[in-house]
This record gives sequence, C-alpha cells and structure tokens, in this order.
Amino acid sequence: MSLFRTELRRLTKRRFTRYMTLLGLLVLAAVVVGVFFTNHKIDAGQLAKAERQADQQYQEQVRWSEQERVNCEQAKTAGTPNDGRYPDDCSVITAPSRDQIEAEWFLPSTFNFRKTFDETLVPFAAILALVGFVIGASFVGAEWSTGGMMNLLLWRPKRLTVLLTKLAALLTGILAVTLPAAVLWFAGFWAVASFRGSTEKMTSGAWQSFALTGVRGVALVLVLTTIGFALASLGRHTAMALGGVVALMVVGQFGLGILLSMASVKFAEAWLLPTYALAWMTKKVTLQDWDACNATYSGECKPDTMDITWQQSSVLFSIGVVVILGAALWTMRRRDIT
Amino acid sequence: MPAVLEIEGLRKTYKSRRRGTRNALDGFDMRVDAGQVHGFLGPNGSGKTTTLRTLLGLIRPDGGRMTLLGHEVPAALPSVAGNVGAIVESPQFFPHFSARDTLSLLAGAGEVPATRVDEVLELVGLRDRAGERVKTYSLGMKQRLAVASALLKNPTLLILDEPANGLDPGGIREMRTLMRTLAESGMTVLLSSHILGEIQLICDSVTIISLGRRVAFGPVDEVLAQHSSGAVRVRLEAVSDLPTATEALTRAGIRVTGHPDHLMLSGVDKPATVTRLLAEHNLYVSELAPIAVDLESVFLELTATAPVPGQHRQVDESTKVGGTGQPGATAGGWGA
Repeated sequence: MSLFRTELRRLTKRRFTRYMTLLGLLVLAAVVVGVFFTNHKIDAGQLAKAERQADQQYQEQVRWSEQERVNCEQAKTAGTPNDGRYPDDCSVITAPSRDQIEAEWFLPSTFNFRKTFDETLVPFAAILALVGFVIGASFVGAEWSTGGMMNLLLWRPKRLTVLLTKLAALLTGILAVTLPAAVLWFAGFWAVASFRGSTEKMTSGAWQSFALTGVRGVALVLVLTTIGFALASLGRHTAMALGGVVALMVVGQFGLGILLSMASVKFAEAWLLPTYALAWMTKKVTLQDWDACNATYSGECKPDTMDITWQQSSVLFSIGVVVILGAALWTMRRRDIT
Repeated sequence: MPAVLEIEGLRKTYKSRRRGTRNALDGFDMRVDAGQVHGFLGPNGSGKTTTLRTLLGLIRPDGGRMTLLGHEVPAALPSVAGNVGAIVESPQFFPHFSARDTLSLLAGAGEVPATRVDEVLELVGLRDRAGERVKTYSLGMKQRLAVASALLKNPTLLILDEPANGLDPGGIREMRTLMRTLAESGMTVLLSSHILGEIQLICDSVTIISLGRRVAFGPVDEVLAQHSSGAVRVRLEAVSDLPTATEALTRAGIRVTGHPDHLMLSGVDKPATVTRLLAEHNLYVSELAPIAVDLESVFLELTATAPVPGQHRQVDESTKVGGTGQPGATAGGWGA
C-alpha cells in the first residue's frame, strides 16, 4: 500500500502530469464554451419567424417549379431540341411538399441535450484518452530512462509488483481526473442545453443510455492509458510509446487507409482502429460500400453495409491490452536492468 | 567474523548474434565479512558493476551462488533488500524532482520514516540545497544524493559503486571519513572504486577482479605483502663506498641494482643481514628502507593493465586467472 501511495504521489508531483492534465481539461472546457457560444435558445417568436421563412421558401419552390413546368411544356410544344434541361415528361416537375421544408433550417443552432449530448461524449473520451496515453507513457518511460526504475527496484525488488503498482496508481490518477471531468462535462452541457437549447424529453432511458456511453468513454480512456504505459515500459522510454503510436497512426492507419482505398477494398474502414473506437462509443458504426447497388422495390440504389459493433470493438481492445501489457510484464520479469 | 556477502562461482554470459559471446562473470568468487570496509577493484569492463547488479537482482545470473546477510539471493532479495543500501554505477535520478522529493519518494516506497530524509541530507551535506531540482546539481552533488539514498534505509550492508566520482577533494575526504564512521557503527561497506589510494586508506580488505574472475582477495595488508618484492633501498655515509658495498652484497647472494647515490637490493629476507654484512666491511649505512608496494602497483601488476609506452591497451586486455597456459581457461571479450 505504501508503494501505491508513493507512486500516486510521484504521479501527481510530476510537472508533465499536471500540465498535460490541465491542457486536456482546458481543451474540454474550450469545447463546452465553444458550444455554448455557437448555440442559441429558441423562443416562440423565433420559431414563428422560422415557420414563416419555411412557408416563404415553400411558396418560392412552388412558383419556381410551376414556372419550370410551363417552360418545359412550351419547349416541348415549340419542338425546341431537348438539351437535357427538361425531362421528357414535364409533369414530373413538381414542388416539394410543405413538410419537406423544415422550419428548423431557418433557426439558429440550438443544443438539444437529448439529441446531441451523446455525440459530445466521443470527443470527451478521445481527448482524455490522448491525455491518459501520453501521461501513462511518460510516467513509466521517464522512470526507465532516468534510472528511477532501477533505484526503485533496489528498494522493492519485486519487479511485477512494482510495475503493476505503478500502473494501478496511474489508472487511479487518471480515473480521479476522468470521473469528475465526466460529471462536469454532463453538467456543462446540461447548462449549455438549459441556456442555449433544450433539455426536454429527458427520460430515465435517455439518462441511462448517456451514462452507459460515459462508462464506455471512461473505459476507453483507461485502455489507452494502459497501452501507453505498457508500450513505454516495453521500450523503456516515453518516446517508444509516442513513436509507436505515431508510426501506427501514420504508417498503419493513414498509409493502410490509402492503400486499401487504392486497392478498392470493400469496407476499408473496417481495417482502421478509429472505426472501432467510434463503434465502441456509439455502439455501432455502419460502413457502406457505394460500389455495390442493391435495388429496392422503389428503384432506389442502396449500398452494401457492414456493422461494426461495440462488442467487436471490446474484443479487439481486450486482445490489444492483454497482448501489449502481457509483453510489458513478461519483459519486465525477464530483462536485465542495465 | 560472519560473512554478510558471499559469492561463489558467479557466471554471467552475454550472447549476441552479431558480436558473439562475452563472459562478463566467469566463475567469480567473493566474500565480505561483517563490519568491514571492503574494496572491490577491477579495470574497466572487468565485471564489477555486473557483479553488483547481479547481487542486487537487476541482472539474472547464469550460474553460481550468492548470499546477502546469510540469505540466498535473488530468491530472498525482497526480505533482505530493506537492509541493503546500494548505488550502482553513476547516480541516476528524475531530474525535475528536488533532492528532498527524491528521497521522500524512496522513503515512502521503502516504508522508511520521513524524518530519516533530513538526517541523510545533513549527513551528505545537501541540507541547504535539498529543495533544488536534481537537474541543477553537479555530478558531485548527485553523487552525494546517491549516497544519501543508499543510507536512507540505515542499512546493514552498504554497497557503493564509485561513490567518489565527481567529488571535490574535500568531498572525497568527507566520504572517506563517512565510510569509516559507518563501519565503526557496525555497518559493512562494499566499495567499488578506481581511486586506489582511497581504497588503501579506507578499506580493511579487498577483492580484485579481472575479466570476470577474482585475481586477489584478502586483508589489504596481506594482499600488499603477497606482492611485495622484498626490495630495500640502501644509502651509505660515503657515496664512494657504493662499489665496495655492491661487491660484498653480490657475493652474499643479494641482487643489487646500482644508482648514483644509493643501491636497490632485492631478495632480502631480513634487512638486518644487510647492515651486519656491510658493517663487517667497515661500511656504515645512513639509510636502510624497505620499499613498500602500494595498492595501485599491485593492482596494475595483478590485472596487467599498467600502461606500456607506445601501446594503447584496449578494454578487456587484462589478466585472467586460468588464462593462457592456465587450467580451466576460457577466453573473455566479445567474440570469444
């Protein structure tokens, strides 16, 4: 327990930890503030005005389509060669129905908590996962590269206990930041919705869904923190984790993405990690293959689809954590510390 | 005296596909008795630091047996680590923490009372600079901090690898006094150093290692005596009598080397025989001084690392017990 407390102290004493955490929280705060100032509360007057603008738009569309239909018929009667401007059957030129023109289009952006909050949890998790990854890598990487790990092992010669205690302290620290940040995130967007949008229709089911997404977000933060820690421990340097992730993202993801796209591979995004992170957060990502056309009874062309679910993501991330952390523990146990 | 540290037949081999096999430790033996200051000497690359790292569980040995404070290590290391303070090679600390933070974190990890931090800072002379970040420290100050970290546990056995590195002359003398004080208080100190004059002054006993094997060990006096040549310097009242004295001594079977103002004699068992012999020839001695060997010359002789004019000795070019022409020889160095 003393080692755990000491490692927690070490984590919080490090300036890098403090600055990165502060930076991450400032970015999150900036997102909330940005959303606050780019959204507006809609009152009855604005709604009525938007309805009028929608009506006006509808009338314009009716007038325009009427005019176009007349022009089409005139051109047909005059025998003007059809240069593709008009259809063969002029009667198909019709105005959209009134309900197709929504008043919402004429309203300023407004934050609907029920409809939009779910989406905000993705950047929340992504920013904190990045912070966790970098802090995790630096926490153990700097210890290795400055000789701190060797000093510690002279005091506590149980290697696996030392490494796992460090990891436990790190995850506790990250959790101690993430959980209050999540509560503030909920509160912040609730305030945004209250003052610059709407908090209507929030049922217990909606709250439960948000809570579950939040829990998945926290899990993603912890997973990436663990991976950053394990990679840096494997390479005995912070740069190993950071270099590894840059290599993975640049070569493994962008490069692979370009290669798959050039090879016209079906559902290329299924090979890219961010897709699985997104699927984890949003429960499902549906990939579409626009090269395939599945005709519907109405003659519409629908693409092939492939669903990536959060369960598939959980399997992938679990395997990733087990393999990378397992390798870090194995090398910690076996390696000569020189 | 009971042994606090025993090593028997310790072996460590590094294998590299590119550079072949190197036997860093090749059946190394060592014994340090309780309450002693024991010097651990060897040329660069001879296996000193590898021995210390292996003893402290940082490196896995390929063979041999080690005990610390009567317990087999590395198996019993977790239980004895609290009584062993150590610094291995150059002092390494997280540069952005202060000395006090560094020691406080180690004390926390080792369940040492926080009050001990100030005690050791005082002891190594860092009290007034304890709040400054380690990255602002000189090498000597880092060395003091390293010694402080090793002393933090108030250990029974203190292992210090090159503790005088970077210290100023005053610091070296302070370190010497500290070692002696610690030994007098009952602490056993194992000191690895290249400052052989210091070792000779501080240590009760020594072990000399060369290419992974022990080449000499025992109390400092005994090691020096074993390698003493029995040389004696003789001066006479009149320099003009030197040729007569040379003749008389040579006739008596003593090897004599003449110098302008004195004679160097070797193979002399008892200096009194020299005075008697010369007196019989009415030659009167003004100085008769046995030539004492120092640890440095013994070290250079044992490890065969004395500089030779015009030659550039390479690391790993030193003596090996059981080397060429000796039984049980195995080659050292990369590619062996």
